Amino acid sequence: MVKVAVIDYGMGNVGSIRRALVACGAEPVLAASPHDATGSTHLVLPGVGAFPDGMRRLHATGWAEFLRGMPTRGGPLVLGICLGMQILFEHGDEVEPTEGLGLLAGSIRRLVPGPDERLPHVGWNGVDPRGAGHVLLANIPAGTDFYFVHSYQAAPDGPHAIATCDYAGGLAAAVAHGNLLGVQFHPEKSQRPGLQLLRNFLGMQPC
Amino acid sequence: MLKTRVMPTLLGRSTGLVKGAGFDSWRTVGGVIQAIRVFSLREVDELVFLDIEATAEHRAPDLELVGEIADACQMPLAVGGGITSLDHIRDLLAAGADKVVLGTSALADPTLVSRAADRFGRQCIVVAVDSRRVGEVHEVFTRCGRIATGIEPGAVAAELERLGAGEIIVTSIDRDGTLAGYDLDLVRRVSSAVAIPVIASGGAGKPEDCVDAVRAGASAVAAGAMFQFTEHTPRAVKRCLADAGIPART
Repeated sequence: MVKVAVIDYGMGNVGSIRRALVACGAEPVLAASPHDATGSTHLVLPGVGAFPDGMRRLHATGWAEFLRGMPTRGGPLVLGICLGMQILFEHGDEVEPTEGLGLLAGSIRRLVPGPDERLPHVGWNGVDPRGAGHVLLANIPAGTDFYFVHSYQAAPDGPHAIATCDYAGGLAAAVAHGNLLGVQFHPEKSQRPGLQLLRNFLGMQPC
Repeated sequence: MLKTRVMPTLLGRSTGLVKGAGFDSWRTVGGVIQAIRVFSLREVDELVFLDIEATAEHRAPDLELVGEIADACQMPLAVGGGITSLDHIRDLLAAGADKVVLGTSALADPTLVSRAADRFGRQCIVVAVDSRRVGEVHEVFTRCGRIATGIEPGAVAAELERLGAGEIIVTSIDRDGTLAGYDLDLVRRVSSAVAIPVIASGGAGKPEDCVDAVRAGASAVAAGAMFQFTEHTPRAVKRCLADAGIPART
């Protein structure tokens, strides 16, 4: 039985994410504290905003402690979106150096735009799977456009990037490690491919 | 490859959708929600909704309407009109907006831009620069084109970027609603003054106008009247961009 909760820590477009999950047939609850998400199999960690503010709010709501304490096996699946993905990493330097949740190895860095590229990276851009392909990206052809809006990117230490995007020299568009998943783009705003990705997520079983 | 966004602009007041010319003479053209459903079905890249009377009427953003729009809108949504505080921005994002468009308020209180960027991230702060030709020069106007500022739009855009704006939407008041094409000199001036994305607005009447705006430096093109009063659709514009060698989501 899929039980999905959207982590509501005051940093996000939880309304858009809730609408998209409903469109996928889920019945998401908005969880202001870990207590509200008791028994959840799937957690969505949204994020629109700056890294330090995000961490402060995750701490204040008890979510930082909960997410850091999750067992490697037997815990819920977590899908971080945009800042929600970035905050899974060890540290960020947006506004001021800040420690992240540290669940994935690596740091968050400002994008370095190439010639003719502007920052923020805003708009629809192609996403290319890496390697064998991950179940999160099932039924999504290589090069499918998703909606991005960000100035910082995750630089994973290790093989966790499951998809890339060709901007600012190439960036990690999606990451996965066990029950932890993250996407830099916004599936909740990416129309049909976005809903496909969310359905893929809802169809996954935690390990 | 990042695609050039084609963005319909919808102007609203209470529940009617209106379209003006030269920022004046508004005509009602039907329900906002119905228009949004159509754009949503057509997989439009992004939508701009501006409540054109909120500022003049000293009204806060209509959160209920924005919530309804967001329900009908399976695409990124930028909302403007009447935003004067961080609380307004927070409430709009919670109601379903993905970005906010600051206009008059940003020019009256520049710290609003920097405070909003610190709190919500600069990627969701779009600032509107509305410009009119006065003789041979461009000049920024506020309050729906009523108040002259005496400042050149490139300088305004650069200052807004410094304060934390994530994007600039630059509108030619002279061309607004005329279908006569964008003011390319204006687009060029603003695009070359900043390193953030610039959305061209005001005057698009045919798909080729959008090609011209991108060649003048715009990262995205917004259009109101063209999508409401002509046979041209966002998809036709994207095909025209692609045919001209400009990446678009066709």
